[in-house]
Amino acid sequence: MSSPTVDLDVAAEEFAGQVGADGDVAIEGLGTRGGATGGVRTMAAPAGVQWIQPAEMTVRCGAGTPVDDLDAALAQYGQRVAIPDGGTIGGALSVGRSGVRRLGYGPMRDALLQAHYVSAKGEVVKAGGPTVKNVSGFDLCRLLVGSRGTLGFLSDVILRTRPRAEHEQWFSSDREPWELLTELYRPTSVLWNGAATWVLLEGNPDDIHTQAESSGMELANGPPDLPTGARWSLPPSELRSLRIAAPGSFVAEVGVGIVHHTHPVASVEPDVAALELQRRIKSEFDPKGRLNPGVSVLRAS
Amino acid sequence: MTVTAEEEVSSSGEAHDHLVARLEAVLRPDQVRTAATELHLYRHDASNLSGRAGVICFVESTADVQAVVRVANGCGVPFVARGSGTGLAGGAVPLDGAIVISTSKMNRILSVDAVDRIAWVEPGVLNLDLSKQIEHLGVHFAPDPSSQQTCSIGGNVANNSGGPHCLADGVTNAHIHAAEVVLPDGSITVLGGEDPEPEGYDLRGVFVGSEGMFGVATKVCVKLMQNPPDIATLLLDFSTVADGAELVSDIIADGIIPAAVEMMDQLCLQAIEEYIHAGLPVHQAAALLIEVVGLPAGVASDVARIRELAAQRNVGDIRVAADDEERALLWKGRKSAFGAIARIKPNYYLHDTVVPRHCLPEVLEQIYEIVDRHELLVVNVFHAGDGNLHPLLVYDATEPGIAERVHAAGDEIVRVSVAAGGVLSGEHGIGLEKRDLMPLMFSDVDLAAQADLRRAFDPALLANPNKVLPSPATCGDVHSIPDGAWV
Repeated sequence: MSSPTVDLDVAAEEFAGQVGADGDVAIEGLGTRGGATGGVRTMAAPAGVQWIQPAEMTVRCGAGTPVDDLDAALAQYGQRVAIPDGGTIGGALSVGRSGVRRLGYGPMRDALLQAHYVSAKGEVVKAGGPTVKNVSGFDLCRLLVGSRGTLGFLSDVILRTRPRAEHEQWFSSDREPWELLTELYRPTSVLWNGAATWVLLEGNPDDIHTQAESSGMELANGPPDLPTGARWSLPPSELRSLRIAAPGSFVAEVGVGIVHHTHPVASVEPDVAALELQRRIKSEFDPKGRLNPGVSVLRAS
Repeated sequence: MTVTAEEEVSSSGEAHDHLVARLEAVLRPDQVRTAATELHLYRHDASNLSGRAGVICFVESTADVQAVVRVANGCGVPFVARGSGTGLAGGAVPLDGAIVISTSKMNRILSVDAVDRIAWVEPGVLNLDLSKQIEHLGVHFAPDPSSQQTCSIGGNVANNSGGPHCLADGVTNAHIHAAEVVLPDGSITVLGGEDPEPEGYDLRGVFVGSEGMFGVATKVCVKLMQNPPDIATLLLDFSTVADGAELVSDIIADGIIPAAVEMMDQLCLQAIEEYIHAGLPVHQAAALLIEVVGLPAGVASDVARIRELAAQRNVGDIRVAADDEERALLWKGRKSAFGAIARIKPNYYLHDTVVPRHCLPEVLEQIYEIVDRHELLVVNVFHAGDGNLHPLLVYDATEPGIAERVHAAGDEIVRVSVAAGGVLSGEHGIGLEKRDLMPLMFSDVDLAAQADLRRAFDPALLANPNKVLPSPATCGDVHSIPDGAWV
């Protein structure tokens, strides 16, 4: 276990004091995922790693901790978290977008085991529990991931880590991505731009070599550049319809359904019952609408 | 004891007749049951708790569920969704004459996409039936509770159930993409989606594990996983429980995450051996059943490393399953442990807590000490890889005063688990059983936030009321545990 560099319980109380119980407030990280709402009192969450427990495969850190700092700290133990690079841990969780390794690592939301957040009343609330397996009570952690700071401001979190793979290698192929998805055993990522397929394999070097050879893939330097115009979320079976899209306009995460596209997606009418439920949740957690005012989890940019 | 409004209504004969008549008007009369034998059967689940069912509705469609929930709202009567009734925390126990909505007849597999690995199923589909019926497609549904032959996917969703193979692949929540749900007010919506990042709050995520208090799932979209090309199943035995328990942490800390790591102690090994005659190491203090899956080179290297680590923990024999038949036999032993226990004593009380893995040796020692002090017998068979303990207190219910001792020992076990940095439940849920222990883990402020979420889903508090949250977050204190039951 690493020596503590920060007391996150004390930091949470101080953070709660800053958030207070009145007036509009916004949370800001490193501004890599859109930045804070303007025009209101802005604050940052506690930062720092309190402990790493390698045998538990868990880590406790402040929500304001840069993802890259946490990654470096975990690398010493041969571990990592399934959170995409850049920005802060709290920012990544609040926005809720997983990285391109989601096919193999699972969605980022599953990495969050416990959170302390500051509520609209300015109180520190604990959600979830510290162990890798836990069904004690309603799972508020799931609600916080992707909630864009509209229900509470994350103060610190306990995350599930995973071992860094012994070896990893990107490959490319002109074969159909769905053939490779079926043929390969648990690839970490399968990306497709309508013409070519890129595959990330992780694990034992001999297994990776055998898989690549039998499927006829070639070594690649890395994944392709991802278009940054928009991020679509489609049922994975619907990705096949992108075949008619303009070449170079997209890179799709096959088996997952995320499409990195140059053009915005057509908006979908939200379901009335689900919308009403979202509204009631916001109203229960932040009746005055003081947390990240103007931010909505619907129509996220 | 105060009597609630619901109780007054549901216990009055006229109101009950009115409720039944309305249900018979929206369903076929044969779907609505009020015979005393059936009401008696549906009073309880697989826990030692029981309540009082007012009427049982065997629903066959989403429209049926919606119709029943609307009647429940119209009459102000609570309702409880029920799958196979294998729950161990009293989550499906109806209180105060609630309507029981049995989803057991909604048991169709609706669609399977083996390439993108998604299936839609009805909630009454049995866990193992799903994996068996799609086996030829090279995929399976990963959560595998020990009750998987009889438990339903709907029940798995309600309790966020786990199982041995959740170590590498996660509990049920990680395997649910979406659910069509009848919300407590009778409206129908889909939470989550086949797409990976549906807009809005992760309502899917909070619905899984909500123990029937956020609505009734009527269709479930599950994630399927590839069947592994290679599997190694090992049984390692030890002369002390501590050595086995220490090895669990050693393996994980070394960067190996086996598909499953299960521990059985001596009493458990002996009971299973009498039952299945698999040549288990009955003279040893404990055994670990470890399964490693994946591609051949990775599996071989993990097995070699596990052997090295085990040698450093004084392992006795290491038995490697030679074929699928032997693998199935070893797993049959593990999964039939609870049946085998009946050979020791007629009754058992199964606990479910989680502790950090590194605390396993110390907490196991405390459990044996607690059980000795209460002059009870304990069988330990559990998901060691997750730190998920399942101390099984075995007893004969006819022995005077035993229930109190079992209860007291169980309570202490939960407390030492939480004190060690653990949690109240790893996979059974809170239900009625641990409702009043929630303050061990959560402050009033934490619990109020959970109650807020519950109220957002169910403002009228009709969906399986008085479970999970202790009073005063609900009006739970007016409902005592039924006569003759104990927690």
